Amino acid sequence: MSNYESFKSLARAMFLGFRRDRGALFFTVLFPLMFLVIFGGVFGHQTTSKVKVLEIGQVPVVDQAVARDGAGLGKVMKVTRSTDRAEALRKVEKGDSDAVVEQRGGELVVHYSAADQVKSGTVRGLMDSIVQSANLAATGRPPAFKVTTQQVEDDSLKAIQFFTPSLLGWALASAGVFGASQTLVTWRTKGILRRLQLSPAPIPTVFAARVAVSLAVALVQFALFVLVAQLPVFGLKLGHSWWMAVPMVAAGVLAFLSIGMVIGAWAKSQETAQAVTQLIVLPMAFLGGSFFPLDDAPTWMKTLSYVFPLRYLNEGMLNVMGRGLGPTSALPQIGVLLGVAVAGALIATRLFRWDAA
Amino acid sequence: MAQTIEVTGLRKRYGDVLAADGVTFAVDEGEFFGILGPNGAGKTTTLEIIEGLREADEGEVSVLGMAPWPRNPRLLPRIGVQLQASSFFERLTAREQLRTFGSLYGVPAKKADVMLEAVGLTDKADVRVEKLSGGQAQRLSIACALVHDPELVFLDEPTAALDPQARRNLWDVLKEISTAGRTVVLTTHYMDEAEALCDRVAIMDAGRILRLGPPAALVRGLDAPARISVASGVLEAGEARLLPGADDADDDGVSLIISTRDPSAVVAAMAARDALDGVQIRGATLEDVFLDLTGREYRA
Repeated sequence: MSNYESFKSLARAMFLGFRRDRGALFFTVLFPLMFLVIFGGVFGHQTTSKVKVLEIGQVPVVDQAVARDGAGLGKVMKVTRSTDRAEALRKVEKGDSDAVVEQRGGELVVHYSAADQVKSGTVRGLMDSIVQSANLAATGRPPAFKVTTQQVEDDSLKAIQFFTPSLLGWALASAGVFGASQTLVTWRTKGILRRLQLSPAPIPTVFAARVAVSLAVALVQFALFVLVAQLPVFGLKLGHSWWMAVPMVAAGVLAFLSIGMVIGAWAKSQETAQAVTQLIVLPMAFLGGSFFPLDDAPTWMKTLSYVFPLRYLNEGMLNVMGRGLGPTSALPQIGVLLGVAVAGALIATRLFRWDAA
Repeated sequence: MAQTIEVTGLRKRYGDVLAADGVTFAVDEGEFFGILGPNGAGKTTTLEIIEGLREADEGEVSVLGMAPWPRNPRLLPRIGVQLQASSFFERLTAREQLRTFGSLYGVPAKKADVMLEAVGLTDKADVRVEKLSGGQAQRLSIACALVHDPELVFLDEPTAALDPQARRNLWDVLKEISTAGRTVVLTTHYMDEAEALCDRVAIMDAGRILRLGPPAALVRGLDAPARISVASGVLEAGEARLLPGADDADDDGVSLIISTRDPSAVVAAMAARDALDGVQIRGATLEDVFLDLTGREYRA
């Protein structure tokens, strides 16, 4: 009796069963991907847009500043010339532009609208600093103080950097828990467990096949998520240790499979298993930080989030994929998830029944 | 030579219910053995203990010279168990189903396909199990039990919930199985099925075996009268009662029914009177045996 043959054919049977199940395909693969597209699309372009400044007539102070530091200023400010003063002022009023500047000798006049406080603040600050640098330059002396800036990350955490790993975490969690609980309950109520019990195939082989199929499905989910998120529209930039997400995903799959096994071993019917799975996965996705960053969440929510295994998967993947931290940054999370997997497996083994009676 | 199955003093209790209460029997090699009884008689429990799915509270079970409990991987490849027709992997075709179960026993894919032909499902090979009819699913289920060519086959109510046509079709498949020299154990609650298929039957009720033997011998042992019926009016009931060999006669307005222990004499006498219009002769059946043993009508 070749155990490997049994393993292969069982895995094949399960995979075919999954691939032909349109509902499962939709909910485990497409549905989370849709969330990624929507969230990535909606929040992806939230980076503050440039300040739009209209110049009336000659404004040498600003022009010289732009000429001197074009790259730096160009990132935050877009300067356009305008000849029609009234028209330019109307644009500011309507919010189409953020400021109108004109120079009267040594005086720089900035017209702004108080409607957008952030923009008007930025534009006033910018003009202030431009004028001060010009003043300093006019004295002909080297500046006594200067500011050197250093960024902590290569970019502030853009939405897609957060949503890719965390929505993927949700997708993996629901696929894992659903996959295991549904398989176990269906097989028991349909008598497939019986049939396996009556065959000489070793029971660990049966479970190994289920784990292998779930791992394969998870890697497909992972690949799809990363590929879609890397499209120019969304612009995910993977951290240099992104490969560490693979063992992270594997540990997550094991943890969620074993939670699903507990549900599947305990639940008597498919309906119960489905309801309980939802009751666990959805709150876990919310409070485990799949739909919004927990950094801005209240303290109690942050504390509570550590109860959910998904929190660790999200955090681990976020560290190596989104935040660009080193490979060891995911190790504690992998440890926690493997612990959950072992604990779940032990409980599931105790609750396991071969038949519905 | 050791018998294929030996069961001695088997007892199994579920709460207050004694599902098996001192069941003892043996099955010879190559025999088609039936366990007959109404629902809840303890047939399935007895079978499950023999298959090694459950542990007996008391008693000895030996299958092919081995103990089936606990799960015995050396015994399992030698027995085949047909389970209810829904015990299939979801969304797999008939062929894939059979190949998957075959591979658990190390059976090559080609042999699994041969099995599909043996149960007449070749043209349904690429149909998903959910789309098979009841009879087709049942045949696939039997093919799954036979895919590894076991010496001993268990069939648990294989024709339950099938229409009469599909039942007859399946009987042919079942007869085929036993001609290959296999030992077959069948549970059923259809009396006619047991009579048509089994070499010997055990009649079970309330966890006990009431009677055991070849169906014909059980019926003969009953010494029940045969019933001859003809269309009403061809003969007066009073006259019929006086026919040689007749025990009793009764006309219900549709048929005249004559009870007799010597049907050939009665039929000869009626033929002489040219009174055989629409004649039917019905001997005693296992149903009468059951009625006789339990004192109540047999209800499946």
